[in-house]
Amino acid sequence: MRDPLSNTIKSIKPSGIRKFFDIVNTMEDAISLGVGEPDFETPYFIRDAGIYSLEKGKTFYTSNSGLMELREEIRNYLIRKLNVEYNPKNEMIITVGGSEGIDIALRAMLDKDDEVLIPQPSYVSYEPCTILAGGKPVIIELKAEDGFKLKASQILEKITDKTKIIILPFPNNPTGSILNIEELKEIAKVCIKKDLYVISDEIYCELTYEGEHASIVQIEGMKERTVLINGFSKSYAMTGWRLGYATGPKEIIAQMTKIHQYAIMCAPTTSQYAAIEALIYGDADVARMRESYNQRRRYLLYRFEEIGMTCFEPQGAFYVFPSIKKFNMSSEEFATRLLEEQKIAIVPGTAFGESGEGYVRVSYAYSMDRLKEALSRIEKFVRSL
Amino acid sequence: MREKILSVIEKNSRIDIGELAILLGEDEAAIANEIADMEKEGIICGYHTLINWDKTANEKVNALIEVRVTPQRGMGFDNIAERIYQFSEVNAVYLMSGSFDFTVFIEGRTMRDVAQFVSDKLAPMDSVLSTATHFVLKKYKDHGTILSAKKKDERQLITP
Repeated sequence: MRDPLSNTIKSIKPSGIRKFFDIVNTMEDAISLGVGEPDFETPYFIRDAGIYSLEKGKTFYTSNSGLMELREEIRNYLIRKLNVEYNPKNEMIITVGGSEGIDIALRAMLDKDDEVLIPQPSYVSYEPCTILAGGKPVIIELKAEDGFKLKASQILEKITDKTKIIILPFPNNPTGSILNIEELKEIAKVCIKKDLYVISDEIYCELTYEGEHASIVQIEGMKERTVLINGFSKSYAMTGWRLGYATGPKEIIAQMTKIHQYAIMCAPTTSQYAAIEALIYGDADVARMRESYNQRRRYLLYRFEEIGMTCFEPQGAFYVFPSIKKFNMSSEEFATRLLEEQKIAIVPGTAFGESGEGYVRVSYAYSMDRLKEALSRIEKFVRSL
Repeated sequence: MREKILSVIEKNSRIDIGELAILLGEDEAAIANEIADMEKEGIICGYHTLINWDKTANEKVNALIEVRVTPQRGMGFDNIAERIYQFSEVNAVYLMSGSFDFTVFIEGRTMRDVAQFVSDKLAPMDSVLSTATHFVLKKYKDHGTILSAKKKDERQLITP
C-alpha cells in the first residue's frame, strides 16, 4: 500500500505539550498548574444569552463572516479598547477561536517558501500552521535578559528577501511579557521599512496588569499591514465556545473569508449570540477576573522569590515562567521529576520552542487554595534538590 | 485601597493580613491600619461565618415577614424599626419601597417559635398594621455563595 500521509504533515513534530499531557494523564491524583484556560466559568449572563438564542431557534448557519450585529459590537469594542476603527462589513471575520484566525491568515498570505518570523517562546501553533501553509518558519529567540520582549534588532538579524510576515504574540503565552507602545513603534519602523506584514495575536489583551494594552495597529501605517487576531476565550472565560475574530485590510480578510467559507462555513451560531452579550455587558466581569488573576500573579511571584527561583515579572496573560537553570537539569527533566516526586503538573518551557529551555510554565488560572498547596509542594521539591 | 481590601475580605474574612498584602501588592502595616480604621468607622461591622445549617443536626426555621406600619410623627420609621430589631430572634430588618414597609428576617427553632413571635411580639405593636409571614423552604444561595456541592475542575490537566 502507498503511504497515505503527506510529507508535510509527517515533517511536523507533535506538540511538546501533548507528549507531557500523556504522561500527566497516567498520574491519577496529580495537581495541575498546566492549563492555558481560565478557571472561571463563562459569566452566567453570557451563557444565558446562548441558551436564549437556542430557545428562540437560532440554530442556523450565519453568514460566512459572522453575525453583522456581532461584528458591529466588535467594531465598537475595538474603538473603545484601541481607538482603532474597522469596518464590520469587510474588514472583519468571526472565526472558530483565535487559532483558526492564525491558520487562515497564514494560508491567505503565504506562498511557497515565504518566510515567517516567529518569536519564541510562544504559543504552539504558529510554527506548524506556517508549515502547513507552505511557508518557512524562522525562529527569533526571545531572551530573559530582554524581559522576553522582541527587539527591532532581532528582526533585522533574521530578515531575508523571502521574509513576508512577522508574528507578534503579545501579551505572551508562556512568558507573560508584553510590548508597550514605544517598543511597538520600533518594531513598526522595521516592518514598514522592510515591507513586512504582521499577524498580531492579542488574545490576552484584556489580561494586562501594568497600564493599558497597546497594539501595533495603533501606530500609523500599521493597520494597513496587520491582521489582528483576538477572541473571547481568555477575556470572557469562553474557551469551550470556540469563538474568535480577525480584523485587517479588506483584501486579506476577503481571502481569509474564502478559506473559512470552504473549510468551516461559519463560526458556531450559539457562541456568536452569546458573544454579542459579552461585548455589550461584559466589561465589569472582565475587570473582576483581571483583578483576581492579578492577585494570584502577585502571590506566585512572591512565593517563587521565597523559594529562590528567579522569575521574570509577567505583565500579561496568566502564566509565570520561572527559571530552573540553577538546578542543572533540562526543563523536561525538572517537570517530569516534579510530577513524579510531588505530583505537580507544570509545562516544560521547551513545549513553546527551544528557547524555552531552562524555564517552566506555571499557570495561575487556579484557586488560591490550589496554588498554595501546589507551591508548597514545589518548595519541597526544590529543597530536596 | 479600601475597596480592594473589602472585595477580598468580603469573600474570605479569615485571610491573614500578610497574605492580603501580597495579593494586593501593598504594605502589610498599611493594610492592618486601613482595616483597623474601617472597623472603627463601622464600615467593617463583623466577621461572620456562612453556615449551611441544613447540613447539621441543628433544626432551624427561617422566615421573611412583610410588615406594614404607620410611621410615627417626628420619628419616621426608625423608631419602629428599633423596636423590632432589638429582639434577638430578628436577624435583619430592611425598610422597603413598595406595598409594605419592613422586611423582617426571623430565625427560630421551630415554626411554632416563629409564629409565636409574630403573634405575641410583632403583630400587637401599636404602629404595626399588618404582617405576612413567609417561611423559607430551602436555601440555594446565600450571601452570594451557592450552597450546593462544589463543582469539580473539569479542565484538561495540560493545555497549551
